[in-house]
Amino acid sequence: MAKLNTSYITFEELEEVVTLLKNISDFDLRGYTKSSLKRRIQRILDLQGMDIVDLKNAITNIDGFQNFLMNEVTVNVTEMFRDPQYFAMLRQEVFPYLATYPRLKIWSAGCSTGQEVYSLAILLEESNLYERSFIYGTDINNQVIETAKKGIYPVKKLKLYSENYHATNAPHSLADYYTAMYENAIFNQKIRNNILFSQHNLATDSAFNEFQLISCRNVLIYFDIELQKKVFDLFYESLSEFGFLCLGAKESLSHHNIMSKFKIINKEFNIYQKIK
Amino acid sequence: MLPAENIILIGGSAGSYNLILSCIESLPSVFSAAIIIVIHRNPKFITKIEETLTVRLKRSVLTARDKAIILPNNIYFATAGYHLLIEPNKTFCLDQSEPVQFSRPSIDVLFESAADAYTDKCTAILLSGANRDGTDGLQHVYHMGGEIYIQSPAEALMSTMPESAIAGNQNAKIWKNEQIISFFQKLK
Repeated sequence: MAKLNTSYITFEELEEVVTLLKNISDFDLRGYTKSSLKRRIQRILDLQGMDIVDLKNAITNIDGFQNFLMNEVTVNVTEMFRDPQYFAMLRQEVFPYLATYPRLKIWSAGCSTGQEVYSLAILLEESNLYERSFIYGTDINNQVIETAKKGIYPVKKLKLYSENYHATNAPHSLADYYTAMYENAIFNQKIRNNILFSQHNLATDSAFNEFQLISCRNVLIYFDIELQKKVFDLFYESLSEFGFLCLGAKESLSHHNIMSKFKIINKEFNIYQKIK
Repeated sequence: MLPAENIILIGGSAGSYNLILSCIESLPSVFSAAIIIVIHRNPKFITKIEETLTVRLKRSVLTARDKAIILPNNIYFATAGYHLLIEPNKTFCLDQSEPVQFSRPSIDVLFESAADAYTDKCTAILLSGANRDGTDGLQHVYHMGGEIYIQSPAEALMSTMPESAIAGNQNAKIWKNEQIISFFQKLK
């Protein structure tokens, strides 16, 4: 890793890039954590063999580069049934409550390549709730949304996904839900029916529907406290009365004022319910 | 409360745990820096390092929590499964991007971001391990004006990590275990 070359960026330069992007595009990285963002930008410079001047030039002059930059900056690490106990908890503690609603709308915010959305679909199906459910999967990155829509994943990943699935105390085999062909597996139409994937930017876009459950896991760690607050307001506004908010294992609502409008359902997995 | 003005970083992997334990056991009850430790551990197995040490040392040993202010006189461990970074405003920040040197948390990631935030108020110590995580991080700590120390490979249970670090950091001081422990004993 050539870290100490002349293209090593400083926080001032990072600030300049963020401001430039904000001024000439719809992308606003001002609320992102600086240390993490700096690493992501440094990685792009290293991979592309660019320095900071090249980068600013590309942002201004190269068609499609802003999109490319945003896609590279966002972290897209995901898997099916990630944190299996969280999904087991959803099934046991949250779904019985959701079953009392005639129709269910669910938002997976920051869904990356879609694995969490298909996991939720399977979980709902197994609790006989999927027919009355609709899941919206959104992400700021348009490229991962295209992958999510396809619902096709490499077979070599399915081993981990199956292990996770079984660890949720699942009643079936994950293979019941996909068809494998050569190197890939595609999820069956049945569980794809009530899903819509689209691009949405948590930092700049507003509420677009009302949900009984919002799942946003491992997205807020990349935001600073002010942007987190803004996103929590957006979630609050987007939740129906007694709707559920599910965050990542290291993302807690408890240090925010808005906590007073929620009740903790599960502390370990950061599952909350809107009560006011 | 104001954030710690100085930080001391410890990076360790295989074979470093007992020495880390000796270091924190020898700490005085009050010191002005914050101590931040990253040790490679597998998120699949729940380890209770912080809880165990809190009981054993009768002082709180914390997990570095996302967005928490880094406070003086505290000992923090990086959580498993996430990179730990330090923001310019002296708060912690977690990140789940790809592993670095097959590690998450990675020592390089913590050291590099800590050096950016704390510049010459940052001391980094690299211990035993079986890979080359930490080498680049130490370079950056030194580059930003901080002090860097490496455990003597002769005393390290796994010498790969210190050896790699020494090869990449000619300005580092090489310390024996007793020098490392004594450094923590004398902290003020």
